[in-house]
Parts: sequence; C-alpha cells; structure tokens
Amino acid sequence: MRNAKVIWLALLALAVAVGSLTAGYAAPVRMGPVTDEWGVVRVARGQPIIIAYWLVVAGPDASLGVDSRRGIEIAIDDKKTVAGHPIRLIGEDTGCNAEGGQTAATKLAANRQIVAAVGSSCSSEAVPGAPILCRAGIVTVSPSNTAPRLTDPKRGPEYACYLRTAHNDLVQGRAAALFAYHNLGVRRAATIHDGSPYAEGLANVFADVFKRLGGTITAQEAVSPTDTDMRPVLTRIAAGRPQLLYYPIFIAAGGHITRQAKEVSGLENVKLMSADGTFSPDFWKAAGEAARGMYHSSPDLSVEALGPRYQQFLQKHQRKYGERPLSAFHAHAYDAAMMIFAAIEKVARKDAQGNTYIGRKALRDALFATRNFQGITGNLTCNPYGDCADPKIAVYQTISADPAKWSPGTDPKKLWSLPRPRQ
Amino acid sequence: MAAGSAVAPRVRRFSFVDAFLWAFRLAVVAVVVWGTVGTLRLGRYTAEQWMDFFVFGLAQGGIYALIALGYTMVYGILRMINFAHGEVFMSGAYTAYFVAAPLAASGFLNRQPFVSLLLLLAVAAAVSTGIAVLVERVAYRPLRRAPRLVPLITAIGASFFLQYAFRGLYGSGFKAYPEFDLFKGEWELLGVGILRTQAVVLVSAAVLMFALYQFVMRTKVGKAMRAVSEDKDAAALMGIDVDRIIVLTFAIGGAAAGAAGILYALVFKQVHFFMGFVPGIKAFTSAVLGGIGNIPGAMLGGMFLGVVESVGPALFLDGLGIPAPYQLKDVIAFTMLVMVLIFRPQGILGERLAGKRA
Repeated sequence: MRNAKVIWLALLALAVAVGSLTAGYAAPVRMGPVTDEWGVVRVARGQPIIIAYWLVVAGPDASLGVDSRRGIEIAIDDKKTVAGHPIRLIGEDTGCNAEGGQTAATKLAANRQIVAAVGSSCSSEAVPGAPILCRAGIVTVSPSNTAPRLTDPKRGPEYACYLRTAHNDLVQGRAAALFAYHNLGVRRAATIHDGSPYAEGLANVFADVFKRLGGTITAQEAVSPTDTDMRPVLTRIAAGRPQLLYYPIFIAAGGHITRQAKEVSGLENVKLMSADGTFSPDFWKAAGEAARGMYHSSPDLSVEALGPRYQQFLQKHQRKYGERPLSAFHAHAYDAAMMIFAAIEKVARKDAQGNTYIGRKALRDALFATRNFQGITGNLTCNPYGDCADPKIAVYQTISADPAKWSPGTDPKKLWSLPRPRQ
Repeated sequence: MAAGSAVAPRVRRFSFVDAFLWAFRLAVVAVVVWGTVGTLRLGRYTAEQWMDFFVFGLAQGGIYALIALGYTMVYGILRMINFAHGEVFMSGAYTAYFVAAPLAASGFLNRQPFVSLLLLLAVAAAVSTGIAVLVERVAYRPLRRAPRLVPLITAIGASFFLQYAFRGLYGSGFKAYPEFDLFKGEWELLGVGILRTQAVVLVSAAVLMFALYQFVMRTKVGKAMRAVSEDKDAAALMGIDVDRIIVLTFAIGGAAAGAAGILYALVFKQVHFFMGFVPGIKAFTSAVLGGIGNIPGAMLGGMFLGVVESVGPALFLDGLGIPAPYQLKDVIAFTMLVMVLIFRPQGILGERLAGKRA
C-alpha cells in the first residue's frame, strides 16, 4: 500500500518535471511583449537583473576565480544600471574540476531569474557545465577558459550558449613555442599536463608548434592534479635530457613540479616554463624561491598593450580591494560582464508598467553578434563558435618570487610579446 | 591454503572462477615481465636514475608507513577501519604551520633547526593525538557494541566533519611551509646523492617505527595492547582496562600521523585542509598490503607501495611503449594490491596473526 503510494508520487513528480522541462523548449514562449524559443526572463520594475558567476572561488586555485569575480564587480560598479534596473551578482564555486563545474551549473540552471552567467574559470568545469546552462537557456561568457575544444567548429550544438573573452590556447601555445625556440634558443623540450582539458590542450599545441619549428619533444608526460611527489616523473623526463620543461597546469601541482625539478639530477639547468594557470602570486607562495628565473606565457597585461583604460581599472581595483589583481583574467571578466550588459540592453523590451522582458535566445544571438566591442582587453568580435578575444600574449620571467612584490610587467618581468597580425 | 582446509578433505574442482583467476595472474605476470625486459633493453635510464627512483619511493613510502601504523593498530584492536585517520594526519601538519610560520619569520627556524623541528613535531603530534582521542570518544566509543558497519559510517562522517571544520578554521587555500636552510641540497651517501629532506624523512620514520615496535613488543602497556587485540573479553577478565588501552591505541596512532604530517610538510611544503585524503587512502592500502592488524606489515606495506609507485611506471610501462606512464601510477599501485590479495589474501605479513585469530 505505502509503496504503491510512493511510486505514484514519484511518477507524478517525474511527470511534472518532464512537463516543465519540455514546456520551455517545445514551443516559443510568449511573455509580455517578447516571444522567445528558449524562454523569457521577466524582471519586475525596480527589481535587479540577476547575473551569475560560476568560478573557482575556494580551494587552492581560488585566486583565479576571485580575480575574475573582482573584474565583474568593478564592471557592475561602472555600469550601475542595465535597462533601468540595478544589477545583482550571485554565484557558485566550481572547484576547478569537472564535478564542481557540473554542480555549480546545475544549481544555476535551477534559478529561472538568472539572465546570463560569467564562467567558468577552468576549462574542465566548462566541458560538463556549459551544456547544462545551455539546456536551461542561460548564455555564459567565460573570462578564463582557454582550451581549444570549447570553441572548436566541431564543438556540437550543446555548447550553443557558450562564448569566451579569454584567448584560445591555439594562440598561447604557439606563442610559448615561438618564444622557447627563437628567443631562448631551446631545441629539446618536454611537456607535462595534468589530464585537464586546459593543460592537455595547451601542452599539445606547444608540442605541435615546437616540432614544426624544428625542435624535439623528448617526453609528453602527465601527472594528476592531486599528485605531490613529482620526483619520479621528473626523473623519467630527465632521461630524455630536455633543455626546457613546459608545464601549463595549475597552482598546487605546478608548485610541486617547480620545487622538485631542480632537485632531480639531470634537470639542474633545465629552463622552466608554465602558463596563465599559474600566473599568480599564489603560485610564488606554492613554488617558493625555486620559481626565480622561470618563464610564464600569459595574457599581456601591460599598459602599453591594453591602454589607459586598463590603468584606470587598476586604480579602481586598488581602491576597492587594497591590492593588485590576483591573477591574469580580471580584465577579461570585466569585458565579459560589459559585453553581456550591452547585449541585454539591445534585446530588453518593456511593457506599459515598466517591467522588463529579456528573451533568452535573443540575448544569446545578440552576444554572438558582438562586433568591434571596445573592451579593456581590446577590440572584441565574436565568431560563430564563441571566440570573442582579441588575444595579446606575452612571456614573463619571475624575478623575486616574493608574493608581496607581485606586479606583472616589472616582476614578473615582461620579456616578449607575440607579434600581432595586422588587420 | 585457506584456513579450515584441514578440517575436511575438500573436493578439488577447477571452476570457471579459478580458471579466470589463473589467467589473470598469468596475464599480469606476463605484462610485468615483458614490460620490464622491454624497458631494460631500451636502456633509457642510468643506474643512478634507477637508484633515484628507488630512494624517492622509499621516502614517500616512509610517510605512508607512518600513517598506515594508525590504521593497522586500530584495526588490530577494534576490527574497524578508522577512515578519519587521514584527517588526523592533516590536522597536526596544518596546525603546526601556525607555529612554523612565526618561527621562520623570527629567524629561529634556521638558527636552531633541530630544536624547531622537535618543537614542530611535538605540536603536530599533540594536536593529532588530541583529535584522534576526541574522535574515538565522540564517534566510536558510543558505538562499540553496534554492528561493524555502523562505526565505519561514523568514521566517514568524522572524516568529512574534520575536513570542513579545518576549512572553516584556517581557510580553504593552501599554506606554504617555510623551508629549513639546513635541509636544502643533497648529501653524498655511499656514492649516491640523496636529498637532505628525504634523508631526514627516512631516518625519522625509521626511528619512530622502531620505537613504536619496541613499545608494543617490550613494555607492559604494549603487552596489554596485544592482549586486547587478541581477545577483548579475556583481557578484561585479566584486569586490563580495555577502554584505556583503546584510547592509548588511538593516541599512539594519532601521534605517528602527526609526525608523518610534519615530514610530509618538510618534503612538499604545502598544507591544506584536503591534504589528508589521498595519503590516507594510500596508507590504508599499505596497511592492507602488509597485512592489516600487523605492525611490521604496515611498515613494509608502506615502503613497498612507495617504491612501486615510484619505480613501477618506468620499469613496467616504458617497455610497453605506453605514453605518459606516470599518469598510471595509481593503477599500478592498486593492481599490485589486487595481485597481493589474490596470491595472499591475508597480506604480505598477515599469516601469523590470521592464524592466531582464526
């Protein structure tokens, strides 16, 4: 008896859930003055427009996500209102792993008032997370995902709501390989990734370009992000006698590799190079003095590359948080938020009472139609697969490795930047 | 091979499962032999590099072994797996950071490295001991007579509670441990360079394990512990305060885990609230590998696991032409566990105790 009741209740709940899911997509939704295939968000007069972040804001890689969140917060301070509504920012931590991205996206997808999202931080989070948001019709712009596959022409319709203001790693990997081959004069290199889409993608691009330039890749190794003892894998790499070690991974594991590389016999004189995932004062904390002299490829954050608006941004950042940016993607996050605000203003419609209606698919289309958007990071134009960046990549060298002295440009010192194609 | 085979002459039947197990054993042995021969024929590594693999593995294994002692002692006495033990390990190392950082800032750490090290060990051991005893009192003692699955579940609960309590207390980021200038660089030993931190870890782990073994085998309290482990009720009848002995077991296991935490921090220089999870699982594996409930077994299991993780991928997989073999080091470690459990279900050194308790 009781069992039968429970089963009936479960079936009923299932039917309601399926019904509400399909109702949103089967036919265009009409609400107020707006009709939209993906659904419509109604923001009552005087109520805030809700923007969500899904970024890594806790754990060992928190500096990456907090840095981006601050960029969004400054954008909100600058913009103040969108279509006559104040802006409210809510968010979820993503943990810089696939499970965290999935959980955060599921939580956000359940909130029907969210108009658009900024995220994720790590590419591994976006791989399962973005399709969940897409099913809910929430468009998302990532400030720091760089894995090539996320905006690949073959990425599939489940990523139709995903864009990014961060560079594609096809650019960063090429920059790193060019610098290593031409400027450092290195001919033998080894790569290490941690199995994440970001690290694996970047390490592969580096290896491909480096080989095409005429260099030799002595080993393409992998570790797991929770590994601590890197000496055995480094000993294996030492057997190939590389001159450069490229490990575009994250802070915790990157710190272990940096500290342990020089302790392994055969790697005493090897040059170390990492990428934007470890471009943070937190990495100096993790790696200690061993980081001195190592190289990083990262977005070019110098004022000469980004112009006076970046200078103003830095002043606001200093006033608001009392310190310099924690990582490399605050400007990208600022641009992502600003791009979303501009698109909302383009598609928002008001009824006679002053309530605002935003069509979800219309917003998505408006974002993909972004052309020559003047952001801090450059002149942003989105391609049909969601790549919006105006990529500027530079190579930095660590001088002091003292987190208190972190100041990209002077320390770590900017050595070189990728020549930009003339447009 | 199995206990009880002497009671009645068993009918030997070669079942499908037996065939499968034999095929599995042969397959693994063949892969290992083929891979090893292949690697050695490639001649990729020098003798010195093999030595490095081995020493790195031993140092890592020493830490596993110290944590494994806590698992194995508690199992020996209570027949339960204390899954919160990895967090006991974390709590000591994480708390001692707040002593190490000011010591380093004032320069005392490098003026008096040995005093500082002892101080850190004392703090970490004290905190870990306290946490271990507290967990026993709150989470396990009220459930002493409950079915065996119950304390296992509370152990997992205690483990989560500790992780997130420490996350709340100390924050979710990692902390960078200060470095001892004295322990930078290498020492030459019999013509082999060995990293100073690893030498310190190996020596400390060996001394601690030797002391513990002597304590259990030679002292009166140690004898009482062994008695409780064999038969709780009989031990109580002989006038042993069983609850006191159990608390003592948790305390000693906790102290060893605290010391392991400091050694871990010396080698890896990062601590965070989640750091106990992976070493905890590995140490548990070591304890099972060596024969759970057996103290020398835990030491041997820890060392064995450390060395297999370090040497295994290069030795077995290089010759097979598998790319990025170190990604598979956990696969090797756990396949090794499966193999040991198939060949010797009681673990490497488990037989004597298993016989005693049958």
